[in-house]
Amino acid sequence: MADLRNDFVGIKSPNPFWLASAPPTDKEYNVRRAFEAGWGGVVWKTLGEDGAPVVNVNGPRYGVVYGADRRVLGLNNIELITDRPLEVNLREIKAVKRDYPDRALVVSLMVPCTEEAWKAILARVEETGADGVELNFGCPHGMSERGMGSAVGQVPEYIEMVTRWCKANTRMPVIVKLTPNITDIRLASRAAHKGGADAVSLINTVNSITAVDLDLMCPEPTIDGKGTHGGYCGPAVKPIALNMVAEIARDPQTRGLPISGIGGVTTWKDAAEFMALGAGNVQVCTAVMTYGFRIVQEMISGLGDWMDRKGFSTLSDFTGMAVPNVTDWQYLNLNYVTKAQIDQAACIKCGRCYAACEDTSHQAIEMTPDRQFVVKDEECVACNLCVDVCPVEGCITMRRLAPGEVDPRTGKPVPAEYGNWTTHPNNPGSCAAE
Amino acid sequence: MANTPLTPGVVSGRLGSEAYRDNFADKAPPLTAHEAAIAADRCYFCHEAPCVTACPTTIDIPLFIREIATGAPRAAARTIFDQNILGGMCARVCPTEQLCEEACVREVAEGKPVEIGRLQRYATDTLMGEGGHPYTRAAPTGKRIAVVGAGPAGLACAHRLAMKGHEVALFDARPKAGGLNEYGIAAYKTVDGYAQAEVDWLMGIGGITAHNGKALGRDISLDGLKGEYDAVFLAIGLGGVNALRAEGEEKSHVQDAVDFIAELRQAEDLSTIAVGRNVVVIGGGMTAVDAAVQSKLLGAENVTIVYRRGRDAMSASEEEQHLASSKGVRIVTGAAPLRILGEGAVEAVEFAYTRETEAGLELTDETFKIRADQVFKAIGQQLEGAPEGLELSGRKIAVTGPGRTSLPGIWAGGDCAAGGDDLTVTAVAEGRDAAEDIHATLMGEG
Repeated sequence: MADLRNDFVGIKSPNPFWLASAPPTDKEYNVRRAFEAGWGGVVWKTLGEDGAPVVNVNGPRYGVVYGADRRVLGLNNIELITDRPLEVNLREIKAVKRDYPDRALVVSLMVPCTEEAWKAILARVEETGADGVELNFGCPHGMSERGMGSAVGQVPEYIEMVTRWCKANTRMPVIVKLTPNITDIRLASRAAHKGGADAVSLINTVNSITAVDLDLMCPEPTIDGKGTHGGYCGPAVKPIALNMVAEIARDPQTRGLPISGIGGVTTWKDAAEFMALGAGNVQVCTAVMTYGFRIVQEMISGLGDWMDRKGFSTLSDFTGMAVPNVTDWQYLNLNYVTKAQIDQAACIKCGRCYAACEDTSHQAIEMTPDRQFVVKDEECVACNLCVDVCPVEGCITMRRLAPGEVDPRTGKPVPAEYGNWTTHPNNPGSCAAE
Repeated sequence: MANTPLTPGVVSGRLGSEAYRDNFADKAPPLTAHEAAIAADRCYFCHEAPCVTACPTTIDIPLFIREIATGAPRAAARTIFDQNILGGMCARVCPTEQLCEEACVREVAEGKPVEIGRLQRYATDTLMGEGGHPYTRAAPTGKRIAVVGAGPAGLACAHRLAMKGHEVALFDARPKAGGLNEYGIAAYKTVDGYAQAEVDWLMGIGGITAHNGKALGRDISLDGLKGEYDAVFLAIGLGGVNALRAEGEEKSHVQDAVDFIAELRQAEDLSTIAVGRNVVVIGGGMTAVDAAVQSKLLGAENVTIVYRRGRDAMSASEEEQHLASSKGVRIVTGAAPLRILGEGAVEAVEFAYTRETEAGLELTDETFKIRADQVFKAIGQQLEGAPEGLELSGRKIAVTGPGRTSLPGIWAGGDCAAGGDDLTVTAVAEGRDAAEDIHATLMGEG
């Protein structure tokens, strides 16, 4: 069995599966049960500065987006940082870390934008024996109205400044958690890097309204007839998160900056994808809020099984392996020519491929009176939409044309060599390159 | 001239070769990957799931289904085998509609449970199909244990003991290991020699030496084993068959259903198995159904199951009863045999209707006859040849906790031990748990 042990910025854990800072990690009771279930680490729910704790709404905190069969695809929340006294949290963190020395215990923090405030809380956290801190620059609701959370994460200069304060005031590794509610994630990660961050973690939740109650004419979750935007997470946000992780991983200015991947991780496969794109480990929340702590067992067995089959013995064997294959559009090979082909034996004759192609694409599928669906190679641009909408896995596949084979659509033979937009004759800029 | 279903008497070759092949094909063909993904997707991953509670071997069902759903069927198989090393056979023969699938919350909500049994088969077939054996043995302990009976209980016990590093001698009275998996289950539930393939795969762990054709009381004795081994696990099953106690039971073509099933399972060519034109099966359990359905599949024209109590008292599950009905077997309930009629060979059976009273089941004066040229008795098996000195409970070996008998160093499990419900899956659980107890006892001593 593959070795799943993880070393993330010097913080060791028996596997790369951490629980993200969120309701599941708000107190000792939960965290102990999470460790018993097998989680490799947790990021304790965000602590605020000493004094009267924040308060939460007393109505619903969550909104949901369902798939078929009430499957939770996305969850949004309007919960704030921990509403329990700082003292209590610190005492519990210390007790848990003492009893689980082999697990990662990182503490998420969010205090006002002054060096004194950060300095004060870092000292208190250090006393607990926690392994590191995560700076919450991502929370998009409530706290951001008070100049914290994503209000910091949306201003690169603030990110850099606070990160620098923290690095100057603690020996613990500092992980900076980034908000996706920006235009270019690289600006935020570069700022964290400049400030001396040991790592970044992303994504935090996405600004969202999950639904509108059409009787009350109010966003959900609804609090006494009003609603506010919340932070969206779960499987629905994974594609956004994967892209942002990849953007940072391949950015020359932050090359090598460790990344903790967050956003819709639900299965071992999601975790493997984040790690292939450069994440050193992953953090999970919505999946445990849906199914409970026990899902980590599937993540452990599934990742191990996959690594065994692939011949990977440690996590570093595949971490970042997909990063070199993330490129800009302009470098994609335009001489890679494929055509859809429909396996008539597998086809169940639903006609979805035909509707998609005929109505919305390139009219490249022919439908016969007896409901046979055949691709017209002379029209097919290989867009893949028919593959995507076909309900039968493997029924429609893309066949690559061999070099020299004539593409019936263009009437030209497929070139053997790689060729991209930068050198394409239609590119007005390509002459300059010559 | 070839025989047909209408040929009188007990004859072989009533069908064409294609009909035999079709009739005895896999009862529930395996799920394809796509079907498995859809079936797995329906599982809610319940907390402290009712299906797990309902499983005698406590397989972590939500976990293995989630592993299938996430594309890790090999990991799913490991989850199954960790609890039940015969998970492949149990996926085929467990009455899931009375166990895990009955408890499934989607059965309660929609009357359509997650297809746990078929998913289990998908996972175990995937891993076993790759060859090799997924478990390794602990360091040798130097302890030697005799397991008597290579049925589900004995196999499960032997495997767990071997895994713990012990040396196991596995004895069985029959020429092949497997017990009822090999000799006592309808052919269409375990096609393509699955029972032997599973035994071979299980033995792949090493450390288990098979001694087939060695019967307790004939070739080996409990005293002898006690002297030679550090512990003994008895899983000898129920070798005896209950008597009908009806007049004329000795007539020819009145047989034990278990013998018929065993003969059929061992046949190279099903067209050599003789079956009556009119078959009567007496009993109400799985064995009765297996004998009746297979008689029909071999080409019998009329097959009737007669059970003395009502349908709901039959130990054959509702699904088994449906299967029998769908194959054209008639099920008559509330009637008991009075006498077997015929000159030499059976020609008919006379039954009396029964009546439930406070004093028990009584025969009424109303009788009827069913034509029969072959009668199968399937009214239960009993323990035969239990070694001297073992305390019994009722007609089985008395055990406490994980299979401890009244004699030190001797454990028992499976159908021969008291308690349990005579299911394959229960036997596996008992064998496994006895192995853990034997291990703890032996190593505690060391």
